[in-house]
Amino acid sequence: MENLLSIITFVPLVAAAILGLFLQGDDPAAQRNAKWLALIATTVTFLVSLFLLSGFNPADPGFQFVEEHDWIFGLKYKVGVDGISILFVLLTTFLMPITILSTWEVDTRVKEYMVAFLVLEGLMLGVFVALDLVLFYLFFEAGLIPMFLIIGIWGGKDRIYAAFKFFLYTFLGSVLMLVAMIAMYVDAGTTDIPTLLTHQFSSETLNIFGFQIVGGMQTLLWLAFFASFAVKMPMWPVHTWLPDAHVQAPTAGSVVLAAILLKMGGYGFLRFSLPMFPIASDLLSGFVFWLSAIAIVYTSLVALAQSDMKKLIAYSSVAHMGYVTMGIFAANQQGIDGAIFQMLSHGFISGALFLCVGVIYDRMHTREIDAYGGLVNRMPVYALIFMFFTMANVGLPGTSGFIGEFLTLMGIFQVSTWTALFATSGVILSAAYALWLYRRVVFGDLIKESLKTITDMTRREKAIFAPLVVMTLLLGIYPSLVTDIIGPSVANLVSEYHAALPAVADAAQVASH
Amino acid sequence: MISADISAILPEVVLVLYSMAALLGAVYTGKDELTGTLTWTTAAVFVAIALWIGISGGGETIAFSGGFIDDAFSRFAKVTVLLSAAAVLVMSQDYVERRGLGRFEFPLLLAFAVAGMMIMVSAGDLMSLYMGLELQSLSLYVVAALRRDSPKSTEAGLKYFVLGALSSGMLLYGASLTYGFTGTTLLPGILATIEGEQVSIGLLFGLVFLITGVAFKVSAVPFHMWTPDVYEGSPTPVTAFFATAPKVAAMAMFARLMMEGFGAAVADWSQVIALLAVLSMFLGAIAAIGQTNIKRLMAYSSIAHMGFALVGLAAGTQEGVEAMLIYMAVYVAMNVGTFAFILSMEKDGAPVTDIASLNLYSKKEPLKALAMLVLMFSLAGVPPMLGFFAKFGVLMAAVNAQMMLLALAGAVASVIGAFYYLRIVYYMYFGTETDALETRMVPAQWLLLMASAVMMVVGVVNLLGIEGAAAAAAEALVR
Repeated sequence: MENLLSIITFVPLVAAAILGLFLQGDDPAAQRNAKWLALIATTVTFLVSLFLLSGFNPADPGFQFVEEHDWIFGLKYKVGVDGISILFVLLTTFLMPITILSTWEVDTRVKEYMVAFLVLEGLMLGVFVALDLVLFYLFFEAGLIPMFLIIGIWGGKDRIYAAFKFFLYTFLGSVLMLVAMIAMYVDAGTTDIPTLLTHQFSSETLNIFGFQIVGGMQTLLWLAFFASFAVKMPMWPVHTWLPDAHVQAPTAGSVVLAAILLKMGGYGFLRFSLPMFPIASDLLSGFVFWLSAIAIVYTSLVALAQSDMKKLIAYSSVAHMGYVTMGIFAANQQGIDGAIFQMLSHGFISGALFLCVGVIYDRMHTREIDAYGGLVNRMPVYALIFMFFTMANVGLPGTSGFIGEFLTLMGIFQVSTWTALFATSGVILSAAYALWLYRRVVFGDLIKESLKTITDMTRREKAIFAPLVVMTLLLGIYPSLVTDIIGPSVANLVSEYHAALPAVADAAQVASH
Repeated sequence: MISADISAILPEVVLVLYSMAALLGAVYTGKDELTGTLTWTTAAVFVAIALWIGISGGGETIAFSGGFIDDAFSRFAKVTVLLSAAAVLVMSQDYVERRGLGRFEFPLLLAFAVAGMMIMVSAGDLMSLYMGLELQSLSLYVVAALRRDSPKSTEAGLKYFVLGALSSGMLLYGASLTYGFTGTTLLPGILATIEGEQVSIGLLFGLVFLITGVAFKVSAVPFHMWTPDVYEGSPTPVTAFFATAPKVAAMAMFARLMMEGFGAAVADWSQVIALLAVLSMFLGAIAAIGQTNIKRLMAYSSIAHMGFALVGLAAGTQEGVEAMLIYMAVYVAMNVGTFAFILSMEKDGAPVTDIASLNLYSKKEPLKALAMLVLMFSLAGVPPMLGFFAKFGVLMAAVNAQMMLLALAGAVASVIGAFYYLRIVYYMYFGTETDALETRMVPAQWLLLMASAVMMVVGVVNLLGIEGAAAAAAEALVR
């Protein structure tokens, strides 16, 4: 089982290759084959990834399932997971079959569509398991290609604008990261992530063109990585690509984008920024807190003003990611536990919300909130499920959304009370926009002529939502499922982080509380 | 002695004898009717010689008192040149035939040019270097003007000739200065003179003129002016040839000249080449953005790629040369596939080169569009395609040689460059419906396009096994 991770990563890619090369024609039979092959491949990937869970030793904070081979240019192919990354792998493999199932009705270029999603899955998994800088960068960047195509080909009216905006925003961010990676290699002499995690990057104050750079090289590297991850996350004020991309992307694209791709930013912060540049992280954490607080309050307010359902949920995603960044840089056990929890739970909830929009979009072909109203009369099951996920999005106790928000708020409260104060107001605002959206779409009288014949969810649609409901409830009621796995790795991260900070800074931090 | 010399140069001799025999045969018998046969036999001869060189290899032979060197480096370059030339010949055969370019001189002139290139990359003396270079250039001047009745093609030939002659003059002037200040034209002799001494001003001038002359040949900015016009004006098969084999040969010659002749004065030329590299990368990337003609676009693309290859050379290390060789091999592989596609682009029987004609091409020909997508992303250097690793190799070499700024410039230029490749993908996949583009491909073109695209993906596993050969080649050059 030592190459389990490679198997998980490459099953979707191999399936994509088979699909792309050997499946001919575009008739309904071929389309059905493409869909089934994609569904089987993603399901198999999910089932294989369950072995990961059974073989994983949660007590060990180090990397497990490590696999290493020599590669070209003296690089290494090295993969492995620890408590932080394993759940992202599982999140990805869990959501992909659901995503494929949700696009069953797509009828343009089905084969290419499925290939794009399979490739995307393989690359996303690669990001979470890579233990070599170059390998990580490779997967991280390559993921842009299928997403660019998914938005550009199967997207809505302004898809080309959105595709280019998505590509250029994220590409610009990542190039800075590449330069930082090269600098790290020069400094540490290796691209091996476990080795880099123990490497001390210099934090001597640098003087560049007369500017004093406090934190020196660490600050510069941190900023370069921040540029990439903040765009991916996305954090205010570089979030503007997200609403465009979401609105134009097809439903499944939105699901993958919100549920998995955004998590790469948070994962990057946890894997690189925090443990590798602790001094810079400490110096700049205040800056991140403020950006997060602004994101939570500002984007929640923006969400209130939206007339497009997908845009509203996209802005709500940005707000929820604000909790994540805040929790990560609080750098204590609750904060980081909460951040990871929030990312996983947001994966289920935002994915489900985009699917909810997809359900009625498939029927009415509009995402305008005003075009709906009174759906409860004709779609009771839909109303129930939409209600459930709206509540989860708001953070109702008993759903996973509550645990994530609560833990991050608890973490941040210990570090910066002011940020916690502003962030908590976001909970109220999120209730406002989410419930208002729900009221306008589902409640009221069914007066619109076009809605009189709308039908309730089909069995396939119910099947899509069932696992998401289960996971959201399960994690909400029994969060130890997650925290037991991530706990030791996070504890290790936190203790090493604080050990790396100079004693003076620590003392100052204690004094400030 | 003489027999040992001859055996070292035997592949070249065989190629030249074949070319002359074929020329005589064609002139006295069927003339243009033989074009098809000659194309295939010439390609077969190229492949046979490439196999011969590739398999027989091993060791280093210095022949003709140092004028000709047969080592791992020259073998690597020769195999790349021969295979790419064979690929270009095979894939242009159909185009040449249907567009009335079927002159028997075409394959034979290419054979002479290839013979010149083989001498260029093996030259251990400034004189044999110049001879090889001229044999190549003179053949290519004629080939550029192959379409005699087209003003554009003759203009391209003339431009190429005038600027090529100018650059040859510069090269000769540099060679004479070098001879004057070192007393020898042998590369190892020049190296021995420089070793341990300050490079004199006169020799420095000679060096600069030599670099200028070669920079013309590799079309590095600011000596690139001829490239877009010649690429656009020449018939497409000729453009495909210009973009591949001669670039490899010129770059290999450049590397040998710098490392074997001036390897002791790396500090003196490394900055010059670094500047050429940065200018090429940026001009290539920025100027290509506005192009609508795909041949012109590929010209700027090749300028940018030469810039990246020069980054490896500028590092002045063994690692740098190795990365440069790999870069050139990957570059050639990508260009062969891309030009196989460009050759097949036509509308109502007439060739088209307008990028906009690719509108929604992916709907009509999903497989070919996918292959082009892979090639475009590879040319842009987006991971996980092989093109990324080629770029990664040269940038890494620059970093290891303490040239951080150069690596940084390379990274930035690659982002800018990504845009125009992306635009081709954009047309193929997201464009609006227009008149359908015909791409009737002969099997050879189809195979080369697919092979090239597959290489870009599969090569990621082990660089197609060329890494060892490139390392041996670089080791032979840098001692």
